[in-house]
Amino acid sequence: MIQRELNRRGFLRVSFAAAGGLFVSLYLDPRVAPEALAQEGAQAPPPKVYPPDAFVNIRPDGKIVIQVNRLEFGQGVQTALPMVLADEMDADWSNVIAELAPAADVYKDPVFGIQMVGGSGSIAHSYQQYRELGAKTRAMLVAAAAERWNVSPDQLRTEASVVRGPGGRSATYAELAADAARKPVPASVRLKNASELRLIGKKVKRLDSRAKCDGSLKFGLDLDLPGMKVAVVAHPPIFGGRVRRIVDDEARKIEGVREVFEIPLAKGTGVAVVADKYWPAKQARNQLKIEWDLSGVEAPDSAELWTRFKQLGQTSGNVAASIGDVKQLDQVAENRRLVGEFEFPYLAHTPMEPLNTTIRFDGDKAEVWAGSQFQTFDQMAVGEVLGLKPEQVTFHTEMAGGGFGRRAVTDSHIQREAASIAKRLRGTPVKLIWTREDDVQGGYYRPMHYHRVEVGIGPNGLPLAWRHVIVGQSLLMGTPFEAMLVKNGVDQTATEGVSDTHYNIPNLHVSVHHPKVNVPVLWWRSVGHTHTAFVMETLIDELATRARMDPIAYRRKLLKPEAKKLLSTLDLLDKVTAGWRNRLPKGHALGISSHESFGTGVACAVDVSIENKRPKIHRATVAVDCGLAVNPLSIESQFQAGLSFGLSQLMAKGAITLKNGRVEQRNFDGFVPPYIVDAPVAVDVHIVPSAEAPTGCGEPPVPVISPAVVNALARLTGKRYRSLPLVSI
Amino acid sequence: MATYQLNINGQRREVTLDPSTPLLWVLRDDLKMTGTKFGCGISACGACTVHVGGVATRSCIVPVSHIGERPIVTIEGINQDAVGRAVQDAWVEKDVVQCGYCQSGQIMAAVALLKHTARPTDKNIEESMGGNLCRCGTYPRIREAIKAAMAQITKGDE
Repeated sequence: MIQRELNRRGFLRVSFAAAGGLFVSLYLDPRVAPEALAQEGAQAPPPKVYPPDAFVNIRPDGKIVIQVNRLEFGQGVQTALPMVLADEMDADWSNVIAELAPAADVYKDPVFGIQMVGGSGSIAHSYQQYRELGAKTRAMLVAAAAERWNVSPDQLRTEASVVRGPGGRSATYAELAADAARKPVPASVRLKNASELRLIGKKVKRLDSRAKCDGSLKFGLDLDLPGMKVAVVAHPPIFGGRVRRIVDDEARKIEGVREVFEIPLAKGTGVAVVADKYWPAKQARNQLKIEWDLSGVEAPDSAELWTRFKQLGQTSGNVAASIGDVKQLDQVAENRRLVGEFEFPYLAHTPMEPLNTTIRFDGDKAEVWAGSQFQTFDQMAVGEVLGLKPEQVTFHTEMAGGGFGRRAVTDSHIQREAASIAKRLRGTPVKLIWTREDDVQGGYYRPMHYHRVEVGIGPNGLPLAWRHVIVGQSLLMGTPFEAMLVKNGVDQTATEGVSDTHYNIPNLHVSVHHPKVNVPVLWWRSVGHTHTAFVMETLIDELATRARMDPIAYRRKLLKPEAKKLLSTLDLLDKVTAGWRNRLPKGHALGISSHESFGTGVACAVDVSIENKRPKIHRATVAVDCGLAVNPLSIESQFQAGLSFGLSQLMAKGAITLKNGRVEQRNFDGFVPPYIVDAPVAVDVHIVPSAEAPTGCGEPPVPVISPAVVNALARLTGKRYRSLPLVSI
Repeated sequence: MATYQLNINGQRREVTLDPSTPLLWVLRDDLKMTGTKFGCGISACGACTVHVGGVATRSCIVPVSHIGERPIVTIEGINQDAVGRAVQDAWVEKDVVQCGYCQSGQIMAAVALLKHTARPTDKNIEESMGGNLCRCGTYPRIREAIKAAMAQITKGDE
């Protein structure tokens, strides 16, 4: 009966100490009655139930454990969502512990309907959810206290994990938890008004800092299980190649090597090497002699792809946006027209923690440990390979060392590889490690893109007509997201930022070609905006220069009045850079850009000079409008650092290229992301005050920085930079 | 296979393994000291930085057979030292970390810098930290934290 009540809402459960105040921390298993748990007694604390069908666990020692329904991989959600819940709950923040929730229905993203992190949706989608969870938990604790003291709940106050009542009575949350867990979950609850908030809107430091500074935090790659083996995989030299013959005599001679066998890959097949430890596995892989069958496998070549893409770009493709009449272009005199051709290479994500997954397969069940952005898909994929239902696959979410989209893969190829290996090693946990070479050469890149834009400039210096053709592989065709985000042959992730531009262009035509290429592609932090913002913001800057207008004023003039978040950030940027942007030292130049993505408006100003033939960014100032700023410290950090991630696009060796189907870069010597010398020396972040619903800040820092920097370079050199990476200035 | 006596964080540790095994994998796989991270395996990212004989060293390319008597200090042992503690505290105080995966290496590099250069300039910081990659891009806060640690350490001197 109690269980039925608790399960009524299905998503909230306050757990409690089972036996007489003893130190027992457990999640209440919905399949076991509380009485049964109590009878098990203190001698044998019931095992922790996985998955914990709960968001909040109040431990007898006063610690409050909050489950985070998505992966933490740097973005700070493991601090921000517990802040939101703890605030409404009036939990003592110094006693809050955050845990990454395993895969379970209850932890699915309330908007996307799968368990995932992406699209800068953590706060945007779960802010309200976590506020309600906190408020309902508090209401149940208050109800328990009211019953205990026989008073009305409105006579009670809460603060720092304590309920206080008339006559100086008080009880801690830990004391009330067991009774509270028996209370029905309220159907609706009042949320705090702004003046009552204690954590939301404050600069709150990360919960995971200390453990990340003393080496104690365990990432997925750090996992160690009894009897665990380590696997590496030899992948075909061209995507889709198949193993014809393996000569493994030398490999098997290496001490510690256990198994060498062929496995299926997402495309083609590979050879798995399983050893006791990483080093023998890696050495053994080096000793393998594999004959590959590459017949019928397309061998793409970057130079040929550019030719093909440019050819496609000369004509319109599938229409993504059509406003007014773009033929007005033809009426514009030749000297008032601008044609821009832009090239963007394949980009690898290269998160610092190499990709990995650990799986143990026990015949009728399996256990997975992975830093996954897509728990739902990855859990299903493992089940599919092992012949299990998803509910037979326990999926632990492991802290991940970066991701940037690379751990959000709809074909779950890493988990499938790991499952294929675990299947053979039944009963033995095996950790699959992709080396950095596997990562750099392994595909799933930000796709190559070519843009061709023709702009006709009106008498007022503003664009009158704009024809824009985009050529690039579709990210989403053939994936579960196709139905949602591909319309009329247009993958919206290729045109976002152009087809929905906030600039008021009276005659606009945007179209796209999606050629098929034998290179697996994937979203890269900020997705289409990585290239569309670059094109838009460098062209707008060029137009402003031609119109002899201030770059901020020009943008404000051209923006639609409803582009409130861009207007607010440009206003703020104007104000906060007034002291320096027109007083730069000789040899320095100002670069401006602004772009809205994932509902967040951003404007950026940089102070750039040229040192050692590279851009030196002395300062970057960013203005952000992300609605209500839940944790301003985290937002500041995302922007300060996210700019550097965005600068990956400008690095001289910042491209993945292919020659005869083979990726030409192998590691961080050939594919070189920004180091400290390449990053802005200082970044100041300014947040537009707002009470609007919060929007994400993971991706929006990325699009603005590259155009701002090349806009500054253009002022220094008089050249326009349209092909990335920035090989030379 | 060979047996080595290593001095790690002031403790004697014995390992028996292939002499070509890099120190990184001795720490991670044999001694289960996973605070030192694997990032590239070619000394290009600095995630595996430890101190060998007081020198910031990329443990991913140093075979265990080359260590000899030199003492090794890892992220797990850096708090035994005042500079190490100051740097770790500054990292926490400045809320430097994001994904955190590179930060063991960043901290080890910063401690080495501050031990050799009490008052590093921005240029010194760029040189000493120049080979430590952070994909999240926490560089501006790394700079701030080094300066904060420097202030803390030099305050103690005066």
